[in-house]
Amino acid sequence: MMSAELTAVLGVGQTKYSTTRGDVSIAGLCREAAYRALEDACLDFKEIDAVVIGKAPDFFEGVMMPELYLAEALGAVGKPILRVHTAGSVGGSTALVAASLIQSRVHEKVLTIGFEKQSESNATWALSLPQPFSVSINAGAGGYFSPIIRQYMKRSGAPELIGCMVAFKDRQHALKNPYAHLHQSELTFEEVVDSPMLWNPIRYSETCPSSDGACAMVLGNEKSGDQAENPVAWVHGTAMRSESNNFPGRDEVNPLASRECAADVFKQAGITDPLKEIDAVEIYVPFSWYEPMWLESLGFAELDQGWKMVEDGTTSLEGGQLPVNCSGGVLSSNPIGASGMIRFAEAALQVRGMAGDHQVDGAKKSFGHAYGGGAQYFAMWVVGSEKP
Amino acid sequence: MTESHPSPSPLSKKVEIPESIREVEPVRSIRSPVKLVYDFVPSPPVQEYLRSYSKKRILGHRSPIDGAVFVPPRGVDPRHGVLIDEVVELPDRGHVGNFCVTHLPIPGRDDLDTPYVSAWIHLDGANVGFLGLVAGCDNDEVHIGMRVQAVWKKEEELGNTAENILFWKPTGEPSIPPDEAGNRAWDHDK
Repeated sequence: MMSAELTAVLGVGQTKYSTTRGDVSIAGLCREAAYRALEDACLDFKEIDAVVIGKAPDFFEGVMMPELYLAEALGAVGKPILRVHTAGSVGGSTALVAASLIQSRVHEKVLTIGFEKQSESNATWALSLPQPFSVSINAGAGGYFSPIIRQYMKRSGAPELIGCMVAFKDRQHALKNPYAHLHQSELTFEEVVDSPMLWNPIRYSETCPSSDGACAMVLGNEKSGDQAENPVAWVHGTAMRSESNNFPGRDEVNPLASRECAADVFKQAGITDPLKEIDAVEIYVPFSWYEPMWLESLGFAELDQGWKMVEDGTTSLEGGQLPVNCSGGVLSSNPIGASGMIRFAEAALQVRGMAGDHQVDGAKKSFGHAYGGGAQYFAMWVVGSEKP
Repeated sequence: MTESHPSPSPLSKKVEIPESIREVEPVRSIRSPVKLVYDFVPSPPVQEYLRSYSKKRILGHRSPIDGAVFVPPRGVDPRHGVLIDEVVELPDRGHVGNFCVTHLPIPGRDDLDTPYVSAWIHLDGANVGFLGLVAGCDNDEVHIGMRVQAVWKKEEELGNTAENILFWKPTGEPSIPPDEAGNRAWDHDK
């Protein structure tokens, strides 16, 4: 059997994430990220073979099939352009679809991009659509995830303020990332704890902001990785899994699809002890408690023990063994359709040594992760500074 | 109509703002809500489910593979990809599988005072839950495993809708242990 083509991240481009990018249209926002990714890759639009684009469902901004009108802005006229839909995990899945086009040798260089313009949308209410066969009672994503977090707290016996510690840590990390939306230099831990309850047990400060923004990457084959002027990140493993969000016996806290996705991606990357072998982690944490929950599900921590890595500072950039979300994470920037790709792109920046002030010294292998829907769609990759 | 209209070039031309509105903040965007009205035609099992609500009956579907009961009935067992046609009637009693105390209002539900409790209701005999409002007690008293029963609308207000159940109130019966509550109570090896 012929093996897959080695795939490299040649360039990364991000916009500054903010509540409202009133100065640009959706097309302008995407083009800004795409330009920066191409600049980083030292390439031009004309050298790109295809474009793979992802965003949250169309009814967020109310623009139907935006990939069609964005083709011009992304230099994709006359080229294949592909749209990916996997709810909140879409940024990650989009990067993986782009990678598959390289791995399968269909294309040599692919531009991939995820975006959201939440200022032209209302995500909470877009996620609270009334359905004829049930009562309208769920208030957005927080309403959905709050019971799952409550269940984790109960079964793990974690101290009540672990979620606040995650939120405070990620906001501190964000101060080192110029692209992060929230730069709350004056924020104190007490203010996080005292912030109002929105979806008990989730406080206001334990939730992600609503952001405008786009993130893009240029992926290339082995030859283009070898020829790149800037350092590249080599893809060591890619995996996607999904499951239904409501079935008898479902473990909502630690979904089977998440466990199987992690097992697959680490097996591909030859990793047997993720905690020891991975140097930097970008996981999708839109609500603070999902940091310890995913650390357990992904195999970085024993079951019901993930919160201890938060408590003892293991996940902090300040000397922790496994710095998690050095960029500030989803808790500091959430342009939904881009949020997954930001995780993947930040993981790549770490092993390229290009993460700036939030760089983990000497990072060789890193992990990017996204989840979506009712914690039912998963996308993950492992990237390294060396070829696999 | 002899006056010619040169093409507008607002970027190159300085716009003179009238004195009277010079202190007013410029408009950068407007909010323009849109509405889409459509008819919903439910699948036959869901039609039966909704019609039975008007008679204060709740229907489920039992899987031919392992006997798991789904509510609402969708005609399929999504785990095994098989059709279901065995209808079972479920009681309007069950337990709280899990819940959220919500402090945000929901559009279209002006009747709800915040904070309110939305919960996964697991009917006795069903193996998945659905969302419902829990009321009739203090929010602080709601817990995983709490026994509840439906409070229905008045007979003359009943329609073909799940909204016939106004809320779920505590029955006062002993609670179910948390490990045996909710979806997780189902034994995979059954």
